[in-house]
Amino acid sequence: MAKSKAARKSGETMKIASSCETVVQGMDDEDDEELQRALADDIISASEDEGGSDDERKHCKLLEAISSLGGKKRKKLTERSEASIQVSEFTVNAEGEGDKINLSDLIGTLDKTPSALIKTKKQLKNLQHNQSTLETPLTRKETEKIQREVAFEKTSKEVSRWQSVVLQNQKAEQLVFPLNQEPSGPKRIEHVVAGWKAQTPLEQEIFSLLRMNKQPLHDPVLTPTEEASLRAMSLEEAKIRRAELQKARVLQSYYEAKAKRGKKIKSKKYHRVQKKVMRKEYLKQFDEMVKTDPAAALEELKKMELSRMKERMSLKHQNSGKWAKSKAIMAKYDDGARKAMQKQLEVNKDLTQKLVIPADEDEEDEEESAETLPDFVNDVEPILDQVNPWMRGKLSTEPMMEESNRLDPPVWPREVGKPGEGQDDQEEDEEQMEETEEESLLRGFEERRKLRQTEDVKVAPMPMVENDDGKKAEILEISDDDEEAVEISDDEEALEVSDDDEEAGLSNFTSLFHGLVNHMEPPADQPKAGPGLCQGESPALLEEGLVRVRTLEDVELLSQDISASDTALLTTQILGTEETDTQSATQQADKKRKKMIDPNEVLTKEAKIIEMPLAPTAVEDVEDKEEQRVIIKEAFAGDDVVSDFLKDKRKQEEAGRPKVIDLTLPGWGEWGGLGLQPSRSKRKRFRVKVAPPPPRQDQKLPNIIITEKRDSSIAAHQVCQLPFPFEKPIQFERTIRSPVGRTWNTQNAVQKITAPKVVTQLGAIIEPIAREDLIKHNRQAVTGPSINLESDQGPQKRRSQQKKKHKRKKN
Amino acid sequence: MYPFPGSAPVPEEKLKKFRRGVKGELYKLRDVVIRSEAASDLAQKQNARYDLMLPEDAGFLEGDEDEDTCTISQDDIVDAVDITAGAKYFNLTLSQFGPYRLDYSKTGRHLLLGGRRGHVTCLDWQSKQLMCEMNVMETVNDVKWLHSEALFAVAQKKWLYIYDNKGIELHCIRKFNDVLRMQFLPYHFLLATASATGFLQYLDVSVGKEVVAICTKAGRLDVMAHNPHNAIIHLGHSNGTVTLWTPNQREPLVKMLCHQGGVRSVAVDKTGTYMVTSGMDKKLKVYDIRAYRPLQSYFLPAGASCLSLSQRGLLSAATGDIVQVYRDVWGIPVTKPYMAHRAKGSVWGVHFCPFEDVLGVGHGEGFTSMVVPGAGEPNFDGLDANPYRSAKQRQEWEVKALLEKIQPELIGLDPSQLSQVDHSTWEQRHEDRVQVLGFDPLAKEKFTPRLKTKGRSSSGKVEKRKKQVAHEDQRIDKERKEKEKKKAAAAGQKSALDRFRK
Repeated sequence: MAKSKAARKSGETMKIASSCETVVQGMDDEDDEELQRALADDIISASEDEGGSDDERKHCKLLEAISSLGGKKRKKLTERSEASIQVSEFTVNAEGEGDKINLSDLIGTLDKTPSALIKTKKQLKNLQHNQSTLETPLTRKETEKIQREVAFEKTSKEVSRWQSVVLQNQKAEQLVFPLNQEPSGPKRIEHVVAGWKAQTPLEQEIFSLLRMNKQPLHDPVLTPTEEASLRAMSLEEAKIRRAELQKARVLQSYYEAKAKRGKKIKSKKYHRVQKKVMRKEYLKQFDEMVKTDPAAALEELKKMELSRMKERMSLKHQNSGKWAKSKAIMAKYDDGARKAMQKQLEVNKDLTQKLVIPADEDEEDEEESAETLPDFVNDVEPILDQVNPWMRGKLSTEPMMEESNRLDPPVWPREVGKPGEGQDDQEEDEEQMEETEEESLLRGFEERRKLRQTEDVKVAPMPMVENDDGKKAEILEISDDDEEAVEISDDEEALEVSDDDEEAGLSNFTSLFHGLVNHMEPPADQPKAGPGLCQGESPALLEEGLVRVRTLEDVELLSQDISASDTALLTTQILGTEETDTQSATQQADKKRKKMIDPNEVLTKEAKIIEMPLAPTAVEDVEDKEEQRVIIKEAFAGDDVVSDFLKDKRKQEEAGRPKVIDLTLPGWGEWGGLGLQPSRSKRKRFRVKVAPPPPRQDQKLPNIIITEKRDSSIAAHQVCQLPFPFEKPIQFERTIRSPVGRTWNTQNAVQKITAPKVVTQLGAIIEPIAREDLIKHNRQAVTGPSINLESDQGPQKRRSQQKKKHKRKKN
Repeated sequence: MYPFPGSAPVPEEKLKKFRRGVKGELYKLRDVVIRSEAASDLAQKQNARYDLMLPEDAGFLEGDEDEDTCTISQDDIVDAVDITAGAKYFNLTLSQFGPYRLDYSKTGRHLLLGGRRGHVTCLDWQSKQLMCEMNVMETVNDVKWLHSEALFAVAQKKWLYIYDNKGIELHCIRKFNDVLRMQFLPYHFLLATASATGFLQYLDVSVGKEVVAICTKAGRLDVMAHNPHNAIIHLGHSNGTVTLWTPNQREPLVKMLCHQGGVRSVAVDKTGTYMVTSGMDKKLKVYDIRAYRPLQSYFLPAGASCLSLSQRGLLSAATGDIVQVYRDVWGIPVTKPYMAHRAKGSVWGVHFCPFEDVLGVGHGEGFTSMVVPGAGEPNFDGLDANPYRSAKQRQEWEVKALLEKIQPELIGLDPSQLSQVDHSTWEQRHEDRVQVLGFDPLAKEKFTPRLKTKGRSSSGKVEKRKKQVAHEDQRIDKERKEKEKKKAAAAGQKSALDRFRK
């Protein structure tokens, strides 16, 4: 600690010094100058006083001598005996007198060695500009606090390594001490029996076979390869590796998701830009590759060549497709189509361009020299036939292309200029090339706006238009013309867009038109339909009417009927109502009684008569009359029994119901006395109603009374406080639902269920867990000692297990 | 290496027999619960694996074509069966002190007879060895074996007496007076008595103390049965009700109106599922006493005075001097008895012998032991009740049984109640804890929607998100149930190709 303190102190001093410096440096230039001036003045004055310095020294010595006489030791003021006038603390001597060291002075030397320390130079420059001062160092208390925190974190991290071990041991069903024993379980015969050998030829043969194939020789033993794989990686390593893999997978999935999203974007513009970026990047890479790894670059080139060959072989971009053919037909009349075809051809050309492999620079040079004469010199003069794309396909683009190809892969035709087209087109194209993407986008928007405006213009007069087909067609044609006029774009895409727009516009238009027509129709239809309805549909309506309306004859008949059956009907009706009334009354009564339990509903089970093979010998000779009396008694006794029972039940129910508490005090707020009842409102107010009890168990059992009293006697034997890990009764109940004792279980099951939590070996020294065991323990924890509750083995296996058990158990 | 690796599978049926409680899903404390679940699985599996091997089949009497089994007489049966089985049909003519009530010991080896006029005798009925015989010189209302064949209780005219198998009077219990009927609860060592004064009393025979005396306020109690499943006493009353009692409550747990006349006899089956009652209204009724629901109602022309249910569910009903045995009275309604036998006198008590196909009938003229094929459980549990145990084994069993004695406080309608946490106390404690802590540690954390940006945390959206989460557990439960239902429906459906399945 002492050492570190000292170190810290020195560090602090250094800090202070540097801060001073920076403070000085941090001043503005003007301030700097002023300061320097002031310093210079001081120094000058010091030099003027030099003459008197000898006297001073003597004086000092005298003072020292006096002080030493006093007996107390004083601190010696060390004398500086350097030659210079100004002694810097930092052992840097300034050259000029009275000069303060400037950072620029120090940096000055750097200028002479420009390449070496650019970085430091930069840093220093930054420092010079940096005006902020360094913070004062923390107080001791605070630093100690921080140190404590750091130390705590460190130690807690160290200690927390044991957490898992401790937890495992806590959770373990059984701990067998000493802990790190050899794992119990089946062992190889070779391990157990030292001198065992395969003796019989059959055995030898089998074992040789097994060994040859690296198969396990005994039932549960792992194969050597499996064991090796188990041993190969520790848990932590595996964890780290797993984490790495996970991360990689996650990254991959992110990337995939991103790519998917990008792929889904429909904007052609976006994809174009994307492609461009890709191409640029690719180019860059390729360039670098040419420099760094020419072999790989060659490979790349070969790939390009391959793609070129494929392009040549295929009919892509050859203007042989359906679309191309249609365009060829259109090309006569449509400039756009023509251009599109041209573009296709150019693409083809670009793709099929032979690559020049930059194998040797010399060769290249030679080639260049050879190619100073452009190819198109040999070619036929460009025919200014805009109509024929085939003629234009071989235009003088080649030399430029070749030049560009030397640097670029030939994948992308867009960047290459396209001279040699029709003058107007060429100009336009060039313009387009210059246009940035944004501009083109903006232009697209403008076009669309224009289109919309034209549409609006077309739609506006629509309400005036009558619904004549001819006229509609005319308008359509007009709109088409307009749109054609509007079309300026030369790109294929632009064309398509405009086409789309056109279609959309059309569809909009038609829908609008239809809507209008529909709107117009109903009022027009109605007056027309009016007379038609009167003629055509009225008979049906009339027929319906006939059905509904009674004729005079019917009325007459009815009246007769009524007169005849009037009285009877009335009487029956009255009777009926009466009946229903009585019925409803009885039903209500029934309902009420149901609440009260109908005695007829109690004991309703119909009895089945059993035939008896043997008639009981009637011992007593009972007289008939008496028998009858008994029978009558029995018959009437039943009612009594039932009603008694019901009364009893009702009484019980009443007793179980909580009573209303009446808290009215007579005389408060009104007169009280004999024969005076508190007012009704008061009684109502001070009557405390109690919540109804839960429904009785025998609510739906008419001939049963079940007591609602709780039997508290068993509570003394029940668990009322849950042991530690349990929080809710249901959890605990689940764990104690099956008995543990020998009366209900087999011996083996009892032993397993009631196995002690800690087993120690007699005489074994139990040592605390060593640090080295930590990782091992972690690994072992999975297969640690535990009671095998899962396996319910047959009798033979268990016997062998029991024999092995010779450990002393101790709780 | 082995052609069939692993241990042999255990049949599902057997596993079902040893199932304890149901598994469910738990989201917390997985480790502990999973471990305990594994333990109980293991126990269940091993129990199923080591269950009785090659159990004896139980058969029934089968008549020839067009022959009712009830017309087959005991003599015919005896002729048909082997000598040892034939020896189980015998008559004891004891016309002097009749009519007789009887009781078989838990193992079924010993028979105790008590004549109304004071004759008490106990014998090993299979070897016909008399253990003791005496006359108590008093009216004998009922006789009952206690936990072993060494002791028995006799309800005499005034008091309750306890004798040993030599006929020596051990105790006269003055606290128990005018006892009419007795029931012994073997696992609780309780002797429950019903007296003419309307008292239901419990005597702990292991310590000789009265546990409780309950005044039933229901008059003379001469109909009594106990439920072997949960040790609840059933009393029949003259007003047609049957009441269920435990020693822990002063009022009946359940009061069932069974008959329109008085109840004459009650019997409960071994599994505690069914109760059979007969009344003065000459009806025989079968109840499901888990739901207190009447299952069947029969009309017997003469009514049944004594009822007894065998271990395998045969019902014997005595009407006058005829003993009828019915098979499966709670299933498809029966129209004819399985067997019938005419006793020499009017029947006073019937009792099926455990682990034997024998029905003991006590009547006015003595005792008849009749053979009823299919009555007894053929496979006995040697640790519980071993008919062939030696004296030493009996002693050991006695000690063990006393150690495993169940306290009377544990008697209740639901015998598995002990394995449940005392909820009310727990809740009370929990409330106290909440008050001390100031918050509920078990409360489910309220859902607070995460703050999202770009207008996705508007109050409307927040509410929406809250609603999505609300009642999630209920919803999950509902969905699971629906899924199960669908699955069940799908399982029930038959595909067209099923016809080709073997």
